Amino acid sequence: MEQRNISKDNKSRNNQFRSYVTKLLVLCFWLLVWELASSLIKQELFIPSPRSVLVALIKLSTSQSFWFSITNSFVRIVLGFVLGLLTGAVVAVFSYKSRLIYELISPLMKVIKSTPVASFIILALVWVKSDYLAVLISFLMVMPVSFSNILYGLKSTDEKLLEMARVFGLSPWKCIKAIYFPAVLPFVISAVSIGLGFSFKSGIAAEVIGRPANSIGLNLYEAKLYLMIKELFAWTLVIIIISMLFEKIVMKVLNIHGKKYMHKP
Amino acid sequence: MDIQVKNLNKSFNKQQVLNDVDMTFPEGRITCIMGPSGIGKTTLVYILMGLLKADSGQVIGLEGKKFAAVFQEDRLIEHWDAIKNVQLVSGGEVTKDLVKRSFIQIGLTEYEKKPVRALSGGMRRRVAMVRALLSEYDLLIMDEPFKGLDEKLKNQVIDYVKENTKGKTVIIITHDKEEVDLLEAQLINMEDYED
Repeated sequence: MEQRNISKDNKSRNNQFRSYVTKLLVLCFWLLVWELASSLIKQELFIPSPRSVLVALIKLSTSQSFWFSITNSFVRIVLGFVLGLLTGAVVAVFSYKSRLIYELISPLMKVIKSTPVASFIILALVWVKSDYLAVLISFLMVMPVSFSNILYGLKSTDEKLLEMARVFGLSPWKCIKAIYFPAVLPFVISAVSIGLGFSFKSGIAAEVIGRPANSIGLNLYEAKLYLMIKELFAWTLVIIIISMLFEKIVMKVLNIHGKKYMHKP
Repeated sequence: MDIQVKNLNKSFNKQQVLNDVDMTFPEGRITCIMGPSGIGKTTLVYILMGLLKADSGQVIGLEGKKFAAVFQEDRLIEHWDAIKNVQLVSGGEVTKDLVKRSFIQIGLTEYEKKPVRALSGGMRRRVAMVRALLSEYDLLIMDEPFKGLDEKLKNQVIDYVKENTKGKTVIIITHDKEEVDLLEAQLINMEDYED
């Protein structure tokens, strides 16, 4: 039995190692494509080489304002994301409970979903200070995703379990813990995964247009304005890394802690 | 107080399932309902539990009563273990030890530290049964509770049910006359209510 477990562990470790190597090779492949494209075009102004972007990134990272801008943008976007997720969840619960609320809210969510992010950014500039623009835009992008995913999760709750709860007279808290939460959790995870990507993309776009002080968006804008293409690439790389890292951490935490609450293995 | 069903009617898509049904379930006794499939046994108990609404008729004696049930499909919380499932519907006085003792009484072993989705059909059935019997109830309704249990286990479970429902009102749907005899229950044959 113990031997079987050890060989299972080894197999899973081997698979993990193979997956890392594959990812590394894929990364090398695309870096090579980038390097080739850069050396073919031979114009650092259009496509700087990966090496020069890395040098620019290292140079940027030595300044305090680099880290300050990252922190500012990160806090704003994550704040908008969290607020959007929570508001979407609350509105979904009310819509699940009341048909009237659903009929009122549903078209509004559809409008928010279909409106181009650029329209929102320009409109929002009229309403709020540029410092809060990324919070608002990130919020607006995440809320409908959270709403529709969580509402769908609530609607897919097992009717038979709800009947069981009614017959036994379970308290609302016990119903939430045992029946609703496990049913909705996979949809929350999906909403988080989609919403995180949306919030970073739209939040940075809002910063580029709103240009709040000490933000990634402002740095991107200035890099473009002064044709500092290496820096533009470096900042873009920073956004990709932050967005991917944060999504990875959040999804890992959700998957580890969520598994024990889910109905399905 | 006895539970009285008077002139109960229920139809689905214009097909009459219950037609002027009159019956009485005596308080503190086990009553078994028998009859072929599709005759309306489950519909009747669903109306008693408040999960379906009758088209017309009356049910007297259910006001303020607490229910417990063993459904045909067990309806357990799949990712929870057996003990947690039982404790979900019972008050704080149902300890782990009490649940374990009940499981032993109905021959349920090797259920610990695994979600109920990993248990066999017969094991899950017994978990559902202990869940219902240890909950606080005035009326216990069981829909084919002994289905899928082998003969020896069935007798053991019937003994457990008899012992733990003394003085309680219980309604059991069954297809097996032998179960009615073993439970020493009152029998209602739904075929008697057909046109």
